Amino acid sequence: MSKKHYAMRNLNVALGGEIHLQNINIDLPQSGVVTIIGRTLAGKTTLLKVMAGLQGPQSGAFTQGETDLLKIPAWKRKVGMVYQQFVNYPHLDVRQNISFPLKRAKFSEADIARKLTYVTGLLGLEDYLDRRPAELSGGQQQRVALARSLVKETDLLLLDEPLVNLDYKLREQLREEFRRIFSQSADRLVVYATTDPAEAMILHGQVIIMHEGRVVQSGDYRDVYHFPANVIAAEVYNDPPMNLLSGEIEAGQIHLADGLKLEIPAHLKKLEAGTYVFGIRAMDIEVGGKSKATLALAEVNGSSTIYHLNLTGSSLVIEREGVHPLAVGTPVAFSLDTSRLYVFHALSGDALVFPARKSVSGQGDI
Amino acid sequence: MRNLLRLIKFAAILIWSAFVVAPFLWALTTSFKTANGVTSGATYIPFVDYQPSLGAWKGLFGSGGGSIDIMGPFVNSAVVTLSASLISLILGTLAAYGLSRFTYKAGPVGNADLTFFFISQRIMPPVVLAIPFFLMLGLFGLLDTIFGLVIVYIALLMPIAVWVMVDFFNQVPRELDETAMIDGCNPVETFWRVILPNSKPGLVVAGIFCVVFGWNDFFFAFTLTFTKTQLLPVAIVSLNSSVTPWWSLSASALISVAPLILVAFLVERYLDKGNIAGGGK
Repeated sequence: MSKKHYAMRNLNVALGGEIHLQNINIDLPQSGVVTIIGRTLAGKTTLLKVMAGLQGPQSGAFTQGETDLLKIPAWKRKVGMVYQQFVNYPHLDVRQNISFPLKRAKFSEADIARKLTYVTGLLGLEDYLDRRPAELSGGQQQRVALARSLVKETDLLLLDEPLVNLDYKLREQLREEFRRIFSQSADRLVVYATTDPAEAMILHGQVIIMHEGRVVQSGDYRDVYHFPANVIAAEVYNDPPMNLLSGEIEAGQIHLADGLKLEIPAHLKKLEAGTYVFGIRAMDIEVGGKSKATLALAEVNGSSTIYHLNLTGSSLVIEREGVHPLAVGTPVAFSLDTSRLYVFHALSGDALVFPARKSVSGQGDI
Repeated sequence: MRNLLRLIKFAAILIWSAFVVAPFLWALTTSFKTANGVTSGATYIPFVDYQPSLGAWKGLFGSGGGSIDIMGPFVNSAVVTLSASLISLILGTLAAYGLSRFTYKAGPVGNADLTFFFISQRIMPPVVLAIPFFLMLGLFGLLDTIFGLVIVYIALLMPIAVWVMVDFFNQVPRELDETAMIDGCNPVETFWRVILPNSKPGLVVAGIFCVVFGWNDFFFAFTLTFTKTQLLPVAIVSLNSSVTPWWSLSASALISVAPLILVAFLVERYLDKGNIAGGGK
């Protein structure tokens, strides 16, 4: 890590008796992309607000190199932030909205004009400069908010689920653009909070998994995918979430719910007999085979179909390439690729054994 | 069926309008009558029912026998109401922004208590306040002065401004403030450059309440003045001597209502766009 890297140490935030962040310890590089991923209310927004200087922690430290960032108020930091809601200044038109931070920073008129041209070109806003935010669509409003945060030279760019309130097509399009836009500036750290693992995979960089105000796991986006630290990381960082089935290893076999029995694959041979949680990704279950369960729900998601099967005490999610709608209640035969099984501790949920790393297509360059 | 419903609606509106407008029509016709015209029964159509006269109106502007000059009290009322409303609006808006956005703590006293403290001043009956106000103004030699009345009216109007504006600011998304700070505004600039320009609907409502309450106040205008500084409501009532001059009362009442009607028409369009669109969902 460089000398100017960001560090959070033992950081705690509680608001009105409710704990939002608990004992956060993370290191972030000076530049690049970091994705914070977690469910709603995991503490992602609070973490971003601490980074922006909008929320002070009750205890702990947040530093960049030698600088104590907690002593610098938000308006003196070099930070940009984009919210999940499209926040723009309603009384200003698009041009004034985007140049607002530049005027505050006392840039010359010529500089402002030059930067404005650049950033509106980057985000395709040239035709809307004279409109008020209320006269724009949601996607355009979010582009304006993004333009406003990109136009000033910031050390930190914070994005809080910026695509959540947009429609599917626009989300796909902006997601691709983000990768291009974020790579434009070499000495800026982009921190991107999301609930969607696909966004983290597209953006690359470091991934921080959060759950209930704590950091569950932090690391390279590929490593976190292949080696989830526990069941929470496995669920949150997979879409659909990784199937988690409790079962026993007994007499040389894996016993799962509904009398489902599996041969122990090579990488699990060393496990002692006992109760474990077995994890398997939806894409590692094939349709067809000797096991059967009834279909509870089938959803077509882009180019694949996702089956939710009923098992006693849990459900099983299968991802199948192509569009194959099936009626609810149909029995579906399936087989698990046992070489892809993860094993977690039955009580703590910590990962015990990982399957071998394998290259996966269609999920970025993992 | 549909037409019947429309008919009922129109009838209801018509009846309601009659109730609202009739007193004004009554005042309007009466203001053009002479003493004889008023006492000779209910007549409404000029030139047919009665002979209109400009006597009452002339009397109010000091030309004509036994008249009073309504312009002096009118100007006094305008000065007191407008300056007190303006100062209340400025102070009240600042206080409301603070109460909405920042956390204050003095022992067990917090934001909610402070907000209630402001509003509680309107809960007390005015009579309770009149005597202390009288004594305080007397102490500083401000009885029967414009300045003294302005101070008292600020005390009466600011709670209204605080109340309306706290409510308004609570509706403005906090993300708007946060975005302004991230874009380089300190808290004062945030308020001045971002929040205030987006607060027109709230300011208009608070301003109307202040002006209406200030303009219509009779009680304090009556108890805290003698003869030198007369406000309009007091001047109108003081027309009422041994004989009730209905014609003058009507004319002066219309003069007193006119500015409020004007204000209502001017600000109506602001009230339409009641919320600040595009500031976040």
